[in-house]
Amino acid sequence: MIVLDRLTKSFGSHVVLNGLSLEIPDGQNTVIIGPSGAGKSVTLKLIVGLLEPGSGRVLVDDAVVGEMDRDELAVLRGRIGYVFQFAALFDSMTVAENIRLGLARRGHDEATIRNRIEESLAVVELSGSGDEMPGELSGGMRKRVGIARAIALKPRYILYDEPTTGLDPVTAALMDQLIIRTRDLGVTALVVTHDMRSAFSIGDRVALMHDGAIRQVGTVDEMQTSHDPLVRQFIEGRPDSVLLEPVPRRSTG
Amino acid sequence: MTPLVAPALPTRGGFIAHVGRRSLEAGRAVADVPTWAPLLAVQMRRLGVDSVPIALFIAVFTGIVLSLLSSYIFTGAVPLYFVGALVGKTIMMELGPVLTGMALAGRVGASIAAELGTMKVTEQVDALETLAYDRYSYLVVPRVLAATLMFPVVTAFAVAVGVLSGWTTAINLLDLSTAEFLRGLKQFYQFKDVWFGLVKSASFGFAVALMGCLRGLATEGGAQGVGQSTTSAVVLGCEAILVLDAFWALVLL
Repeated sequence: MIVLDRLTKSFGSHVVLNGLSLEIPDGQNTVIIGPSGAGKSVTLKLIVGLLEPGSGRVLVDDAVVGEMDRDELAVLRGRIGYVFQFAALFDSMTVAENIRLGLARRGHDEATIRNRIEESLAVVELSGSGDEMPGELSGGMRKRVGIARAIALKPRYILYDEPTTGLDPVTAALMDQLIIRTRDLGVTALVVTHDMRSAFSIGDRVALMHDGAIRQVGTVDEMQTSHDPLVRQFIEGRPDSVLLEPVPRRSTG
Repeated sequence: MTPLVAPALPTRGGFIAHVGRRSLEAGRAVADVPTWAPLLAVQMRRLGVDSVPIALFIAVFTGIVLSLLSSYIFTGAVPLYFVGALVGKTIMMELGPVLTGMALAGRVGASIAAELGTMKVTEQVDALETLAYDRYSYLVVPRVLAATLMFPVVTAFAVAVGVLSGWTTAINLLDLSTAEFLRGLKQFYQFKDVWFGLVKSASFGFAVALMGCLRGLATEGGAQGVGQSTTSAVVLGCEAILVLDAFWALVLL
């Protein structure tokens, strides 16, 4: 289980996270929704140790991420797949080489690497695309390769950063199916998005992030029937409050 | 993530801690041989072999100009065979390493900063870390090492071509024979002239590649940030070459 415990994070005087706490239970898809700039991506980067929190703790399987040395972080990252918003594929490598990189780091033999590449490309319905360069792929295909790169490592957790942003409805629905399929393979997922259709489609639990903290968390039904005006406003997409334009606050620290 | 305000200047203790941390990271990265060793040959070709044409182009014209210039200065005052001495000494000890270094600061420094800067802003560097690779081991060490090893090689070619070009100019455009040119070349030649130039160029390669890597990895924002990093890598690389040139002259001459 991943536990986010009273996390704070600021960039200069801009407070991004302000006491965020959330538990991500095993075997479920947890979705964090919230407006752009709310700190959703920052939260994901704190989980894999790409950023350090100002205060608070991130616990993955009871180990505190902030207290890990580089070797421990490397082991942790072996258990967590990360799908970036724009895929972050290495554009000087082919699709297969992108997937191979993480597998080679873990010391798998050549036969295993080849099998894993084929398996993961099949899961994202891109079999036969191994020799293509990322620049030759559409945005949706690149994101699917990003997922293939993550699942090839057979991670315990996968973090998805805006997986459906910028995709057409059909490709977005395909991404949702892939995320559900990876959960069915036993992977715990944390998805950040502001795509409500996607959130309700893939989420077992949904959390609304507002003002650097979790405003409400619950099942899809609980969120859809919530009486919290901010939750209702976000779900219904009404631009009539400060929710969509969070005002940067001065740090008190 | 772009900080909204400039970070406060570090205290003396903070600065020492920062330098200590960086040194530790550098040591770890260099010790991570299995990560950077397979990438070294590729970088040696990209940064060294591919830079030979521009270095030779500069060397040819440097040799021509030096030969004509020394003839202009010496005519009527000093025996003309000194043209060989001036061309040889100047190209081996100063113009060969420095002009080659400057040209490579533009080509190599800019290329490294632009490549790593683009990787940074497109989250490829973060992706590398999530695959359990250390960014310094994978990106910085092979480039810095390749440039340190290959700058002297490229400089050696440039020196040879520069002297040949000066000799060709002397026998075709000046009233000088090959024997006279060689007499001047040999009269003041010391083995130190060669290794002095090559040691300098190795230090130039180290500095240019390091500036390119550090500026590239510090890139923030988008295309504009990449442009700024590239420009500053070239400027800092050229400045470093001039400072190191003076340093080696003070220490070794």
